[in-house]
Amino acid sequence: MSATFVGMPAFPTAAREALADSQLRHNLAHATGTIRAKRAKVVEEVPDWEELRLAGAALKERALLDLDAQLVRLEETLTANGATVHWARDAAEANAIVATIAKQHAAEEVVKVKSMVTQEIGLNEALAEEGIAAWETDLAELIVQLGDDLPSHILVPAIHRNRAEIREIFLRKMAAAGRPAPADLTDEPAVLAAAAREHLREKFLRAKVGISGANFAVAETGTLVVVESEGNGRMCLTLPEVLVSVVGIEKVVAQWDDLGPMLRLLPRSSTGERMNPYTSMWSGISPGDGPQEVHVVLLDNGRTRALADEVGRQALRCIRCSACLNVCPVYERTGGHAYGSVYPGPIGAILNPLLRGVGHDDQIDSLPYASSLCGACFEVCPVRIDIPSVLVDQRAQVVDAHRAVSWRSVPKPEAAAMKGAAYVLGRSRRLSLVERLTGLGVGLARRFGLTAWTGARDLPEAPAESFRAWWERTDGGRDASGNDAVDPAGPDEDLRKGDL
Amino acid sequence: MRVALMVTCINDALYPGTGQAVVRLLRRLGVDVDFPQAQTCCGQPMVNTGYLDEAVPLVRTFVDAFAGYDAVVTPSGSCAGSARHQHSIVARRSGDTSLEEAVAEIAPKVYELSEFLVDVLGVTDVGAYFPHRVTYHPTCHSLRMLGVGDRPRRLLEAVRGIRLVDLPGADQCCGFGGTFAVKNADTSVAMGADKARHIRETGAEVVVAGDNSCLTHIGGVLSRQRSGVRTVHLAEILASTEGAVAR
Repeated sequence: MSATFVGMPAFPTAAREALADSQLRHNLAHATGTIRAKRAKVVEEVPDWEELRLAGAALKERALLDLDAQLVRLEETLTANGATVHWARDAAEANAIVATIAKQHAAEEVVKVKSMVTQEIGLNEALAEEGIAAWETDLAELIVQLGDDLPSHILVPAIHRNRAEIREIFLRKMAAAGRPAPADLTDEPAVLAAAAREHLREKFLRAKVGISGANFAVAETGTLVVVESEGNGRMCLTLPEVLVSVVGIEKVVAQWDDLGPMLRLLPRSSTGERMNPYTSMWSGISPGDGPQEVHVVLLDNGRTRALADEVGRQALRCIRCSACLNVCPVYERTGGHAYGSVYPGPIGAILNPLLRGVGHDDQIDSLPYASSLCGACFEVCPVRIDIPSVLVDQRAQVVDAHRAVSWRSVPKPEAAAMKGAAYVLGRSRRLSLVERLTGLGVGLARRFGLTAWTGARDLPEAPAESFRAWWERTDGGRDASGNDAVDPAGPDEDLRKGDL
Repeated sequence: MRVALMVTCINDALYPGTGQAVVRLLRRLGVDVDFPQAQTCCGQPMVNTGYLDEAVPLVRTFVDAFAGYDAVVTPSGSCAGSARHQHSIVARRSGDTSLEEAVAEIAPKVYELSEFLVDVLGVTDVGAYFPHRVTYHPTCHSLRMLGVGDRPRRLLEAVRGIRLVDLPGADQCCGFGGTFAVKNADTSVAMGADKARHIRETGAEVVVAGDNSCLTHIGGVLSRQRSGVRTVHLAEILASTEGAVAR
């Protein structure tokens, strides 16, 4: 994959470009609408869904608040099971560990299970620099990789592509990466899937090293869990001699029984399925069965930073189901690329700033504002992450970061406007004076400025008097015979009406 | 019971008719509502844009204005949500424990209009008359932050003469979102255009909601499209009678 998110513009700019792509908007509206309806249907079937959500949130929260102890325990149990545990502070350390292991086995290629964390750290690109080809084996990831494209959704990374585009990519790109697509390839989903299957099969059988992430890591038993739908993961986890799993430290759950609620919550929230098709669990090495060399790379990469954030740490409960993306009205219209990260949508809008910090990158700082705060994400989140509250808190952190940097310099127009508004709205007397100019304000906005509003929306007519002026004039409506405001015709009526 | 009207800054400045409708409606139902004149704005625009320090004086003004009332009624789900769920955050930020206590005292007494009518007064038929084809847009904060549920709908269903039609995709955000509407204007308008399309599909003459901020955005799109569909606040329909039908 040669494409990169590095250097993406801030959200409003990236969103504008995406909104102009009518094919993309059509693909997204169709795809998110379909998954949304599927999820709603299967969630409705579960009478104790709210209790499940509470249980899921609570068990992740417990593990996170006890993370230091849980991680040490996980290392002990994994080691006792024959796995080798590595610790990585950041992307560079994790990539170097994986590359070293691959080189020890003289591997020129590796096969990969779909994994968000290896995308987060740019593992494929790092391995490519070491001369090692990393093959994505999930169908949608394969489409993205062959198309030199970027993922735009956590669960369905090629959601922005329709089947005609996929056929085109397979015909043009498969040959260079291995077995070519058949010349008579059609855009029938089954035909496309069969072509991918043939293409991938030789890679599964040849690769000596498999790479995965993990959906869960059980501290009690030293077990890693991968949840997938296509069986490609099962192939990668069982066929190669060597298995390397890169696991974010927030993936740990305390005990085996914790998997119960999680495995009920995840498939219904993500694909809208009642049960997950392929759930692979392995506890280190099984002698004579599967990989005989098992490595686990435990990755921080900003997670302890997020954990220290009192409001934001709940984002680490995320199980990457992507239900929040599918219900988000912003994501539905802009797609995932506009977020400039492998983690798009509402969860990406909080996770990226939490992992990387705010105040040093305009793109990151724009993400907490990429939401109308409608709350649909919180409503569907299986681990009850209150995304709107975290967004608002992240916005305050963005503003504070810039306050700290620029207290001496000229404030941004927005900061000045907020300060001015706070002054006016601090006292009703000041507000009352300013309200006499409401008509003037609306008129000026209509004529000269606020094109961000007036570009596609009309402004309302300004009223003849404010509510508070009416209340005072009519003694709360008791004086006047009619309760409604009367037009106090005066010399500045035109101004009040806003007809400049 | 001492009841205060929290009119909200946008209604005060741009939609006095909504505040007047609440006053008329509550008086008709036997509630002598007061308007504490010290009130200004709940501070939501600042909080939701990240300017917490700037919201502190507004929250102070808010608690001073509404201290001592048994109930604070507001024709805005969003502003009710701000007072109930965000003032505590601002107060904590100020480091002033007396402000935190004052907020904790008042916040639970703040009611969005439909909550006050249904839960406190126990009425759904408020004696209103509105002879038009109407569709109802549930605003996000009333729906998800407050959980008003079907209260507004029940109130509307009891209005005489009304023809209430379902809005497709009703629970999808209209795209207003406060400063989101200008900071991410393109996305906001794309959402608003879809909302407007759904409203027009219903053939309604009027779209009603419990928040004039959302209606400003929706109405702005509908007006630019020359759709002929009017936006009317819930309070104005509920205050409307045979003698004085809301315009």
